[in-house]
Amino acid sequence: MPKRDPTTPDGARRSLLVMWTIRRFEEALEELFARGVLHGTMHLSIGQEAVAEGVAAALDEGDFITSTHRGHGHAIAHGADLERMFAELLMKDTGYCRGRGGSMHIADVAAGNLGANGIVAGSMTIATGAAFSQMMQGTGKVVACFFGDGAANEGAFHESLNLAGIWSLPVVFVCENNQYGMSMAVDKATAGGSIVRRADAYGIPGVRVDGNDVVDVFRNTSEAVARARRGEGPILIEAVTYRYRGHSKSDRNLYRTVDEIEQWRKSRDPLDRYEARVIDEGWLTSDQLEECRIEARDAVRRAVEAAFRAPDADPADLVGAAYA
Amino acid sequence: MAEMSYRDAIAYGIAQEMRRDPRLVMLGEDIAAAGGVFKTTVGLLEQFGPDRVRDTPISEQAILGAAMGAAMTGIPVIAEIMFSDFIAVCFDILANQMAKTRYMTGGQVTVPVVIRTHNGGGARFGAQHSQSVENWCMMIPGLKVVAPSTPRDVVGLMAAAVRDPDPVVFLEHKSLLATKGEVPEGEIVDELGVAKVVREGTDCTIVALALMVPRALQAAERLAAEGISAEVIDLRSLVPLDTQTILSSVAKTGRLFTVEENPRLCGWGAEIASIVGHEAFWDLDGPVVRITTPHIPLPAAETLEDMAIPSVDRIYKEIVEVMD
Ligand SMILES: Cc1ncc(C[n+]2csc(CCOP(=O)(O)OP(=O)(O)O)c2C)c(N)n1
Ligand SMILES: [Mg+2]
Repeated sequence: MPKRDPTTPDGARRSLLVMWTIRRFEEALEELFARGVLHGTMHLSIGQEAVAEGVAAALDEGDFITSTHRGHGHAIAHGADLERMFAELLMKDTGYCRGRGGSMHIADVAAGNLGANGIVAGSMTIATGAAFSQMMQGTGKVVACFFGDGAANEGAFHESLNLAGIWSLPVVFVCENNQYGMSMAVDKATAGGSIVRRADAYGIPGVRVDGNDVVDVFRNTSEAVARARRGEGPILIEAVTYRYRGHSKSDRNLYRTVDEIEQWRKSRDPLDRYEARVIDEGWLTSDQLEECRIEARDAVRRAVEAAFRAPDADPADLVGAAYA
Repeated sequence: MAEMSYRDAIAYGIAQEMRRDPRLVMLGEDIAAAGGVFKTTVGLLEQFGPDRVRDTPISEQAILGAAMGAAMTGIPVIAEIMFSDFIAVCFDILANQMAKTRYMTGGQVTVPVVIRTHNGGGARFGAQHSQSVENWCMMIPGLKVVAPSTPRDVVGLMAAAVRDPDPVVFLEHKSLLATKGEVPEGEIVDELGVAKVVREGTDCTIVALALMVPRALQAAERLAAEGISAEVIDLRSLVPLDTQTILSSVAKTGRLFTVEENPRLCGWGAEIASIVGHEAFWDLDGPVVRITTPHIPLPAAETLEDMAIPSVDRIYKEIVEVMD
């Protein structure tokens, strides 16, 4: 059973809330960074919210995800607590990883988020193993593995699809093709011109979805998840999307035009499109829609404030977590 | 008591743990019907079946990554990397994923994986199939590293490694596989981080690991004939390291020699020399002497390989020279 169905009134309210929460969360991070209170690096997924939510909504409670360096959205959509996320980013003792992780390593294992990963494609073999574990234990649970277009050129991508293919593992590989891996355009980086077609090489289905349409992502992921749950094996989903912000905080966007960014933003923004859709379909009224926005904004505000009040990561326990 | 080869003790020790923990799974190349390229897993497929004793494709990243993902979600794994040199092919999973995840997540997860691998020289395989990589492993925070020298210790340390919640690299020495020793009846479970004084002496301490242990013992025998009483310590485990046993021995003898098969630079003996220099400086009657393989890739030719790796003769000579 999907956690929520964005094509029903109740599901639409919850999905929209998640998507707005992701956006407001990351906007808040930008602001904190600009104010100099947030340190290190971070990778924003603003513009890609429909992928995180479309996939996470299609999963059941107890299913697993693995995530990437651009993983705030995945964590939020899979149920993470905002305050603990902010606390982690602000290097607080109450953060998910008690300040040991930071932006690129948020994990929420209790909720099934096995962790973001600072190594490109680093979580792909781990997701494959988590799926193997579900098969061995007969849990009926599935694993959704997020990765980028750039990750599709790592060896770990190929080893993972191959192993998942021969063992028919319950894992859904979700490639967030946001058009770039740092400054490298996907077309220049991808021999054969297509990521999704690589599924053929491993004898598994591949589907290309509109990653800026939460409904399209949700429907295709739901099918993939159901199939994996039935024991019919892995699938590769390529979700076509776009990152509005620079790769990380050090990116000056020299490899693309402002026009290109604006075009995606104006005509294909995942929130604009979903809001138009929910009104069109009559899933929500415009008042309800406004309520979602306010609720997201307030939740983010409350979480930041609470996180600020938390104690800093505790130096007294510097070495404690290295070994069990 | 039964006499058993080091090779057979590996499968015997694994079987002890597979019987105890029905969740435990093995992954590796050619480990099932083939019984392992070194015949170290013979009979396990027959005893535990193809679900738990699994041949994988030649995908070292996938082997270790899958082991990790499985272990994080309830299935502990013994993974085999055929030759320890191949750790380089999946170093990310070992060094960045398995080793760091517990810490990075603030202790949210443990990764109970044993990485078994065939280590060391003497088989004339050439540089890419012969290196002693214990120092590669020792330098990674988050890993534990063990290297047994006898069939009995293979069994006891295997049990300790499997029962440990952290990732443990288990180094099986290729040139010890055919050696034999007594293995007591019944369950044998050792503790990681406990060295053994395998010969008592009063004039000097020789610290050795794996294949270097029997060589150090033979050298000690010859030293005795010269009137030099050498104490020999089998380290058994590099992480955790039993510094207490080393320091007490040095307090007694006043002289320390390390016998290391790993290439000289940053070999494990350097760390021990540093610890002893720091903590037992006033116990020492002379400089710590490291007897090691030179800092070279190992050659294939018998004459060259035998010259590179510390031999009984070389250990004896170097010690006699210094002790005179
Ligand atoms: C193994 C590895 N190589 C390089 C990097 C540096 N790096 C971080 S993110 C990134 C781009 C990844 O591109 P993609 O997979 O498309 O994800 P996106 O950033 O677009 O979300 C690179 C090269 C890294 N973290 N890990
Ligand atoms: Mg990308």
